Amino acid sequence: MTTARDGGRLPAAYLSTGSSSFTDFLLAQAPEVLPSGRRLPAGASVDAPHGTTIVTVVFEGGVLMAGDRRATMGNLIANRDMEKVFAADEFSAVGIAGTAGLAIELVRLFQVELEHYEKIEGALMSLEGKANRLASMIRGNLGMAMQGLSVVPLFAGFDVDTGRGRIFSYDVTGGCYEEHDHHSVGSGSLFARGSLKKLYRRGLDGDRALRVAIEALWDAADDDSATGGPDTGRRIWPTVAVVDAHGVRFHDDASVAAVVEAVIAERQGNPGGAR
Amino acid sequence: MSQTPFYVSPEQLMKDRADFARKGIARGRSVVVLSYAGGIAFVAENHSRTLHKVSEIYDRIGFAAVGKYNEFENLRVAGVRYADLRGYSYDRSDVSARGLANAYAQTLGTVFTQESKPYEVEICVAEVGRDADTDQIYRLTYDGSVADEHGFVAMGGASEAIEEGLKAGWSESLTLADALQLAVGLLGADAAGGADRELGPDQLEVAILDRTRPRRTFRRIAGPALGQLLVGGDGDGSPDTAYDASLASEDTTHDLGDSPRQVATNPQTQRTHGEGDG
Repeated sequence: MTTARDGGRLPAAYLSTGSSSFTDFLLAQAPEVLPSGRRLPAGASVDAPHGTTIVTVVFEGGVLMAGDRRATMGNLIANRDMEKVFAADEFSAVGIAGTAGLAIELVRLFQVELEHYEKIEGALMSLEGKANRLASMIRGNLGMAMQGLSVVPLFAGFDVDTGRGRIFSYDVTGGCYEEHDHHSVGSGSLFARGSLKKLYRRGLDGDRALRVAIEALWDAADDDSATGGPDTGRRIWPTVAVVDAHGVRFHDDASVAAVVEAVIAERQGNPGGAR
Repeated sequence: MSQTPFYVSPEQLMKDRADFARKGIARGRSVVVLSYAGGIAFVAENHSRTLHKVSEIYDRIGFAAVGKYNEFENLRVAGVRYADLRGYSYDRSDVSARGLANAYAQTLGTVFTQESKPYEVEICVAEVGRDADTDQIYRLTYDGSVADEHGFVAMGGASEAIEEGLKAGWSESLTLADALQLAVGLLGADAAGGADRELGPDQLEVAILDRTRPRRTFRRIAGPALGQLLVGGDGDGSPDTAYDASLASEDTTHDLGDSPRQVATNPQTQRTHGEGDG
């Protein structure tokens, strides 16, 4: 900690006026803890766990985000019960696909970034502002992404100004795009998107949106080996976050399990599921 | 002989600086910080909606100040940076009011002796614990001295008279409504013996660190919810219904239900599992 160098006194940079961004503060004060400050040797590549599929669905009055729990490293399952959907702040959630270690660090920094701004400014950042902050963090990771360690998050939040849920997707260069109705990222996203397209209807309620998201994750796991299906033996269920006017909350294991079991029952002898 | 007019003894220098700082602080309106059964309450007379005297530093740590706004605002921002960096580097549970109070004390002490003018501020750093015994309230003065206070602190112009009143009226089992009424009554009293002023919600800035909340415990109380607490003095130790009602009202964006996150810096360990909230 930097305070030790100054005999316990808060360093001048702490007392300076300026940015309300925690990342900017770290860049000046402790760049070694920032993910963007690191470089891999040229030409090097490492094998690291990768997170897989995230789906989001807009429903009437909010947005829902669900993610499977598997992380893979090559052909191995690196982790069976990893969390990939997180509350970013009171009104937004972020899901991650790509290199797990970097993505988790990115989320950790993003959470502090939003809370830091809120405390210093005394106001919530706008939803677009949050989406843009996340974009600039991903842009900072471009060097790593070019060596195979990419991070591709999906961001969903409740826009308190307009009263509806919104989704933002990203590319590895930090491009930020608003998605409408539904979206998916990760290795199983191709199959999840197909499933979402067929099952999604405008004006869904929250329960129906949960069902659509679980079906999409199932379809992703069905055809993508890196996406984990629900593990009924170990009772490992997808992580499901809901963002609406009341803030972010997670569906508990029991309510997700009930939906998953209903989907499993319906697909007995009917592997394509609802249509 | 020629040097004499320029010599000022260290005692005189320090005394002059202290007098200067004290005068600046005494001009301001007072702030009261007091613990109650459910947490710690911050009560300030403040006519501004946006220039706060009371703020959130971290999950369980709050900040209150009197004196020059630009100076204590600098200290507040520094405190948020200190706490966020510490929590980010270690874990959220490793950020303590004691560490922050020490850093503030060193800073104020250095400024007092080395800069051309001392900070004209007095600040209070409070951390709410699991129960009243583990609450921590630190009061820091312009020269960097720290006092570990038990139960309550009054700062600003009429602080001595208010402290007398708190000594007589405070107990750790106060309800929120009782604690606020005690503090507001004392803030409105005229130390010079004049008529007491009636302070309404518009002239007050009130916030609490709510012991029962997970993660971020800091909440502002304003508007109708505050008005209700100030008049609804049932005093029978019943739960603070007006405050509970304020949590359900829509006008305060921060007053939501339980936090979806646990106290953890690592995103992998933030979600509660099992049959928690739905």
